[in-house]
Amino acid sequence: MARWLRNAVMALLLSVIFVPTTMASAEGETSTIFGVMVDKDGNPLQGVEFTITLPDTSETIVTSDATGRWEYVVTVSGSYQVTINPDSLPSGVALTEPDRVTKSVIVFGLGNALPEMKFLTGDGPERASTFDVAMQLALDGLILGVTIGLAAVGLSLIFGTTGLTNFAHGELMTLGAMVAYFLNQLGIHIIPAALLSVGLSVVLGGFIQDRYLWKPLRKRGTGLIAMLVVSIGLGLAVRYVFLYIFGGDKMQYQQYSGQAGLQFGPLSITPKSIVSAAIGVLLIAATVAWLLKSAMGKASRAVADNPALASASGIDVEKVISTVWMLGAGLAAYAGVIMGMNQGVQFIMGSDILLLIFAAVTLGGLGTAYGAIVGSLIVGLFVQLSTLFIPTELKYVGALFVLIVILLVRPQGILGRKERIG
Amino acid sequence: MDFIFIFQQSISAAVGVNAIIFALAAIGLNMHFGYTGLLNFGQAGFLAVGAYTVATLVVSFDVSLWLAFLAGIGTSIILALLLGIPTLRLRADYLAIVTIATSEIIRQVARSVTMREYLGGSDGITGKFGAEFFDLNPFPNGLDTPLIRFTPNDLWVVLVGWTLVALFVFLNWVIMRSPWGRVIKGIREDEDAVRSLGKNVYLYKMQSLILGGIAGSVAGFVYAISRQSVQPDNYSTALTFFAYAVLILGGAARVFGPVVGSVIFWFLLVFIEQFFRQGMSANLIPDWLMNNNQVGSVRFILVGVALMLLMIYRPQGIFGDKKELALNARA
Repeated sequence: MARWLRNAVMALLLSVIFVPTTMASAEGETSTIFGVMVDKDGNPLQGVEFTITLPDTSETIVTSDATGRWEYVVTVSGSYQVTINPDSLPSGVALTEPDRVTKSVIVFGLGNALPEMKFLTGDGPERASTFDVAMQLALDGLILGVTIGLAAVGLSLIFGTTGLTNFAHGELMTLGAMVAYFLNQLGIHIIPAALLSVGLSVVLGGFIQDRYLWKPLRKRGTGLIAMLVVSIGLGLAVRYVFLYIFGGDKMQYQQYSGQAGLQFGPLSITPKSIVSAAIGVLLIAATVAWLLKSAMGKASRAVADNPALASASGIDVEKVISTVWMLGAGLAAYAGVIMGMNQGVQFIMGSDILLLIFAAVTLGGLGTAYGAIVGSLIVGLFVQLSTLFIPTELKYVGALFVLIVILLVRPQGILGRKERIG
Repeated sequence: MDFIFIFQQSISAAVGVNAIIFALAAIGLNMHFGYTGLLNFGQAGFLAVGAYTVATLVVSFDVSLWLAFLAGIGTSIILALLLGIPTLRLRADYLAIVTIATSEIIRQVARSVTMREYLGGSDGITGKFGAEFFDLNPFPNGLDTPLIRFTPNDLWVVLVGWTLVALFVFLNWVIMRSPWGRVIKGIREDEDAVRSLGKNVYLYKMQSLILGGIAGSVAGFVYAISRQSVQPDNYSTALTFFAYAVLILGGAARVFGPVVGSVIFWFLLVFIEQFFRQGMSANLIPDWLMNNNQVGSVRFILVGVALMLLMIYRPQGIFGDKKELALNARA
């Protein structure tokens, strides 16, 4: 009551002080009670219901839209109560303060902007049947697996042909996602922007990186471990150059950001995920076909097996390596765009997923492209399905733990050859 | 531009707490990477285990600080065993991947809501868990000179910290002159040759991993005590990479390498950062080029570039001997 009184006095004072403006704005002016519902990862939550209790105690229900935003336009000043319906939250999401479902807001001086109303969410119990949830998680896992796989194939090919354990591979993903974001901000639709970005990454992240950094190092005879440390330095520097330019916020592309999911029985999937993952599968299949059928692909396998012998039999080893770099950079850039579309673009996105990529590559067998694909699908599925048993926040921990266990029992990985590990 | 202020800050940093933490962490890495050739990219994990053991035991379980230190060393030994058993038989880059993964596991578990009751979630643990240590502080006034400035608590931490660094450097020196040290260096140069002499390479590597891990956990103690708080995100992989930069700058496989590296590293880092900050407040650097938020990232960019350039042009660092540092023995 005291607060209500204080607010009323304040309102009175303000209206006295700002008589001219208040008078001018009182006519037909409105305020908006609003909020943006997101889960703990910042993904928008659609369809969350709010009951707005008006000053005259009548009630209205509003729901959040595809971007998670809900709003109610106030035309009468007074005290409003906003009650969230926790049952309308998506499965697996719950309020962090379950006993504070109602918050009140006092609107005086119509026309003033109101602060955003926040209802924080965290992990909640799954409400669907376990089987349905498992199916959904498996689907999400496959899509994650394809994303990881795109990057892992490139990482594995580069490792196979040059021996470099590239700790800056995640930054190739971020590069793809960020270039696409900047082109998108310039007004280019995300699809051509993604194409341009992949093209640019092939040139900048693949060709130029190899030509002006790794090739000279190979010529100098820099050791593999020294090169590994160089890649760590490069990754660190590039990551924070991204932060410098881009800032720390998570950004969304202008198109498809809050796309509604399609329902297939118990499964929900966004069209953008279907399309981007399908293209990803095609790209991986094309890479495999390239490795198996094309002269350059066969040459790259020869180089991976024995560079000296490959060189002696007339293969231009440097050209093969350059091609592999361009391929790896392009695939990683595309994986970055997929991640950007599904989870938003952030400077740290690549390095966050790098360890999963390593887990996938190690799991499948270091240096084998097919192993990387198998490993990626397993890691993707495992990360998602493990959330049935462990808290979601620890899902990466589970995957990394499995990596360590696999190394204990089968260090060469699933498809790896034993002589590589000793 | 207040150059006196810049120098004061830089010199305080060069002899300050951070330099001690990174010197100790890098002494551990030197044992792993410099002498034994083990690619440990999870040194942050050892610091985290040391820091969290102390903070958790004192704050949540009311254990005496001195017992908690012992427990911290114990947990770091356990971590070294857990890391070493699956990986030390494998090629160097497997250890790299497993150690970096483990340090991330530790950080993510530490910041998880599931473990918040004991480890404090993403806020970490704060509290006066260093009280028993600061009660012994004989300096009630601190230090305030034109070039160096410390609060009483910092001064006490710094004195004890550098004593620890000296102790570890001395131990390092003694141990590397012993027959044990020669075997360790032999493993770095040619593991098979050492094995053919009948040495159990696996066991030696494990001992090296444990010793370096203990140095790491002591660095974690200093980190926790000096700040009277433990925060999970301080123990990210960036910490490990900084420690590598310190080690390689000073010179790997050299007794004083980590110490000199750490002093120079922190002097330069703070000098450059303060230089930019002063430049900005004096409007010498235009706003479109750099703002206050961006200065923080400059530090990481510089460390990354320095790591690259050092590794390419001077892998032996300031002190190192290029011949001794055959980083490629087994890759």
